[in-house]
Amino acid sequence: MSPGVEGSDLGVLDLQERARFEQLVLPHVDAAFNLARWVLRGRNDAEDVAQEALLRAYRFFRGFNGADARAWLLQIVRNACYSWLEKNRPMDLSTEFDEQLYPQSSATPEALAIAGDDKQRLTAALETLPPRFREVLVLRELEGCSYKEIASITSMPIGSVMSALSRARQRLQQSLTQGASAKNAEAQREL
Amino acid sequence: MRRPNVSCELTHSILHGYLDGELDAARAADFEQHLLSCPQCVAEVEEQENLRSAIQRAGLRERAPEKIRRNLQAAISGTSTTGEPVKTVTPIRAKSSIRPTWWLTLAAAAVFVIVLGSRMLPNLTQGRGGNEMTAAIVDAHLRSLQPGHLEDVISTDQHTVKPWFDGRIDFAPPVQDFVSDGFPLQGGRLDVVQGKTVAVLVYGRRKHIINVFIWPTNEQDTAPQQGSQLGYNWVDWRKGGMELVAISDVSAPDLTALQKLIAQ
Repeated sequence: MSPGVEGSDLGVLDLQERARFEQLVLPHVDAAFNLARWVLRGRNDAEDVAQEALLRAYRFFRGFNGADARAWLLQIVRNACYSWLEKNRPMDLSTEFDEQLYPQSSATPEALAIAGDDKQRLTAALETLPPRFREVLVLRELEGCSYKEIASITSMPIGSVMSALSRARQRLQQSLTQGASAKNAEAQREL
Repeated sequence: MRRPNVSCELTHSILHGYLDGELDAARAADFEQHLLSCPQCVAEVEEQENLRSAIQRAGLRERAPEKIRRNLQAAISGTSTTGEPVKTVTPIRAKSSIRPTWWLTLAAAAVFVIVLGSRMLPNLTQGRGGNEMTAAIVDAHLRSLQPGHLEDVISTDQHTVKPWFDGRIDFAPPVQDFVSDGFPLQGGRLDVVQGKTVAVLVYGRRKHIINVFIWPTNEQDTAPQQGSQLGYNWVDWRKGGMELVAISDVSAPDLTALQKLIAQ
């Protein structure tokens, strides 16, 4: 997918607005990319989609007069990610997390935290979650968004953010312990 | 170890608001009261704090490829309304050079600095997220969590830690142990944050570490301001010619409790 520069809409901002865009939006390019990377589960797709979303943000910047440019930008990025998934990987959106597959395990996350190669295990565990759980975790734990910001980015009522995070964290734990028990079983077999 | 099977409904609701520092003071106090009598929630708070620490240590946040910024800059400054590249007054230059459209930003920043007064270290709370000082403190906090980097002087005795700082720095950080309040002093160290030597006191909270960064300031006292970055909570305040920043992965209410003890 090309970045899709639609020239007819670009360049309509005057110098002052451009400066405002650079000041308010450019600092959040990493946040935009990071959200896309986790929702789409890959850097290549994230690069295309984040690029497109940033250009779209630029085109629609005139419509932005809120206080929180990061939330505004991330909302655009998130929408772009979901449109992309609908078109290219609809299965991602339909796979609902099967709680039966991930029963409560006995390994505590504390034990897991000591186990090492955290990055790989956490990445794998996060990527098994449905995108709607993954995104709230990424927004909260990696971007440090407040509940209010998460609500506005994901178009979720603010009252639902806490329970969404609670469910997402539970599932992450289950997915982690599941991965760990699979690994242990493997190690047992090798012995 | 199996988790207790008793089901407390708060474990999967309010507890998360508490962990994220999103409860108002009254609800947070209610939940802390609840923790005194609910082992399940206590265990879950610990588990969740450990999970959060693991996520933070793993460094999962990924930076955008430079190409994205370049393309965006090109689109912003190089395209006319007809889609043709045109000569503009804002040519793309190397990142380090100052471009005309940034003058406004710089002017605004200059005004901000004048309003705040000139200081070696900007206040941590001037703007969220992107602040360099916040980032530097978060970095220093992360650095300290590496094995062997936490304390230069390991002692739970304030009468050992306090003299250790004498002769090493030209100010006297307030060294106190709060073990009876659940915040045992673990030691101290010197750190360099943005080129300036700062004193750091290390406190424990359950199995977590709280770093308190301290440096002298000529500014007036300020009330504590809270924030979070990369999942770490921090609280920043000035008192008696010192600026203090406590930072940790413990919950915001825990951090505030320590702040109150230190500021007493």
